[in-house]
Amino acid sequence: METEFTPFISLVGGMLIGLSAVIFMASIGKTAGISGIVARFLTITQLKEFSSNYKVSLAFIIGLLLAAPAYFYVAGDLPQQSVSSNVYLLVGAGLLVGFGSALGSGCTSGHGVCGISRGSKRSIAATLTFMITAFITVYISRHVIGA
Amino acid sequence: MNILFALISGLIFGLGLIISGMANPAKVQNFLDLFGMWDPSLAFVMGGAILITAPGYWLVRKRSKPFFASAFQIPTRKDFDKKLIIGSSIFGIGWGLIGFCPGPALTAIPFALFGDYAFQETLIFVVAMLVGMLMVQKLLKLI
Repeated sequence: METEFTPFISLVGGMLIGLSAVIFMASIGKTAGISGIVARFLTITQLKEFSSNYKVSLAFIIGLLLAAPAYFYVAGDLPQQSVSSNVYLLVGAGLLVGFGSALGSGCTSGHGVCGISRGSKRSIAATLTFMITAFITVYISRHVIGA
Repeated sequence: MNILFALISGLIFGLGLIISGMANPAKVQNFLDLFGMWDPSLAFVMGGAILITAPGYWLVRKRSKPFFASAFQIPTRKDFDKKLIIGSSIFGIGWGLIGFCPGPALTAIPFALFGDYAFQETLIFVVAMLVGMLMVQKLLKLI
């Protein structure tokens, strides 16, 4: 599916993501890395009581889930979306994304936005690494295999 | 209070993802398709986010502690280990294959309430992603 280049709204949306990261740091003192927040939420299933960490992670995830209803309420519709319907691809990619982000301690938000913003060399290295493997993956799947 | 601010942070983050177009995996994959129908939008999303986060973090960190917690919890490691590089490589492959990363996938789950969206596909991806995360936690004996 071809998509339109949207520099202005993408910049505005990106700035909102940045604002969210700053609010999260100012209020709770943590980086707004989604894979980390979700991973913390998962480890807590093993604990006996709801720690503050768990509640914060859960609240952030609920906030994410409320974004689409809030957007729809204001805008009246949601942007177009195109997701692969290949179940094997969905499962395989999901496992890779979950496994890789947990092992590498971060994803596009934790390393790409928060990490780079605080000048972390680990996050800069991680972001370059996943960008390169993602570019190669899309090149191979679209131009070598899919051609 | 920290629960409320975590909720607000998540909401604004999700709105940012939807507005920027990143809840659409096709837009992400087209950013990664340098030699095809390249759509540079994602670079503007990351640029916009860093434009706010970098000075914002700098200002916030001038305080001795956050408003509703006892201390900042910033990652302190500085070394490049195998886990970081191998994990990030694997993450990039999965991200390239489908165009979803954790934030946009979670944000996209409720889309189907408001129209003809890929609910089952998104949910399958998210469940597999959670399983992948649990596998690492088992492997590293975190749980």
